[in-house]
Amino acid sequence: MRLLKTGRWITAVGLVLLAGVYVRALAFTPVERFQGPAQKIYYVHVPSAVVAMMAMGLVGLAGILFLLLKDPRFDRFGEASAEVGTAFSVVMLTTGPIWAKPIWGTWWTWDARLTLTLFLFLLFLGYLLLRGAVTDPGLRARYSAVLGICGLVLLPFIHLSVYLFRTLHPQPIVLKPSAPSLPGEMLVTLLMSFLVFVILYVGFVTQRYALSLLREQADHHA
Amino acid sequence: MLRHAWLLARKDLLVEFRSRTAILSAVVFTVLVLMVFNFGRDPTAVAAVDLAPSILWVTFTFAAMLALNRAFQLELENQALDGLLLAPVSRSSIYLGKLIANLVFVATVEAVGLPLFALFFNVRLLHVLGPLVAVLALATVGFVAVGTLFSAMTARTRFAELLLPVLLLPFMIPPLIWAVLATAALLAGRPLSEVKGWLSFLAAFDIVFVTLAFALFPATVDE
Repeated sequence: MRLLKTGRWITAVGLVLLAGVYVRALAFTPVERFQGPAQKIYYVHVPSAVVAMMAMGLVGLAGILFLLLKDPRFDRFGEASAEVGTAFSVVMLTTGPIWAKPIWGTWWTWDARLTLTLFLFLLFLGYLLLRGAVTDPGLRARYSAVLGICGLVLLPFIHLSVYLFRTLHPQPIVLKPSAPSLPGEMLVTLLMSFLVFVILYVGFVTQRYALSLLREQADHHA
Repeated sequence: MLRHAWLLARKDLLVEFRSRTAILSAVVFTVLVLMVFNFGRDPTAVAAVDLAPSILWVTFTFAAMLALNRAFQLELENQALDGLLLAPVSRSSIYLGKLIANLVFVATVEAVGLPLFALFFNVRLLHVLGPLVAVLALATVGFVAVGTLFSAMTARTRFAELLLPVLLLPFMIPPLIWAVLATAALLAGRPLSEVKGWLSFLAAFDIVFVTLAFALFPATVDE
């Protein structure tokens, strides 16, 4: 199937580029003065967090479009995006503590941003659990669209509620009102890493989408 | 629409209060959770008033969850939901009716739970009763609105009792955080102006999610 093949190619390109980003991050990007080599995980942690957020946003968007247009493609995309988003949240939630242990001295704290990302992960899991619990495809598509939209609306509220507490997490240093305060070489590495993670997201989602399509066809023939 | 919603809510509440099983179970459950909390803390180390807001809200969260599971389960027997959907009432009235019935149900449980909470943990409530009821009402509307929407979906799945809490708890956290902060401030005797911020957050959450649930409810029942 062509779609599956395309997805595999995009993923392969993404993985090769990921190796390239690692090489650049480890060998050709300066070591941060205060954090030392631990800071290198930043180039994996931050892009995976952003892509996981983006995946949730797209799940919600796919839900809105599905309810408006009743096109099953949006449902398949929502499912694919949620699964890939779950994977990226796992990357974010594992790399975070690995960095936090040497720098903060603790694996986990109930810090605002940590709580927010844990919620994101649990929202993804809830979405996938709901999909697993509904057998009728039409019903499943509508239910997950409803949940996806609610999740999308919930995120700003969680954001608001957790930000009222003091935060230990480093503040944004790239997307902030003033100019990015990251040294040029680090910024370039980070942006490259962002790009690679987006490519990987597209590759994974394409493959997952093709897989749902194949499964539907198989069910249809059976 | 309002008349239909009220008729529907009345029907649900009549069924509830005539049989009394669900409401009694929910009340007994609330009492038991309060008792568990009493044994779950070291009274010499943690003062009751420090723990009180958490106790109150964890108890009401669980009780509400129990109540919400029942709302659409009721309609599954004898395919009553199909009959309801065929009736010449709008989808919004059905949602509103269910929302009202759930609110009355949860409010009843809270009305029994609150005095017991004051009694068990020796918390002085009377002087802050007005604002505390406002916090209770705003937080309850928020999570019952989302819960009613979700229970319409989970009732028709295989793991309804388990799936509803898993889906709903993340949505209950923002109102819970604000409600706990507001309750703590009230019980500590802080001025009302400190609570106003939390109340407006709660109100904003209510407005957004009640509106959203109204808009999304038809998608959960239409065939």
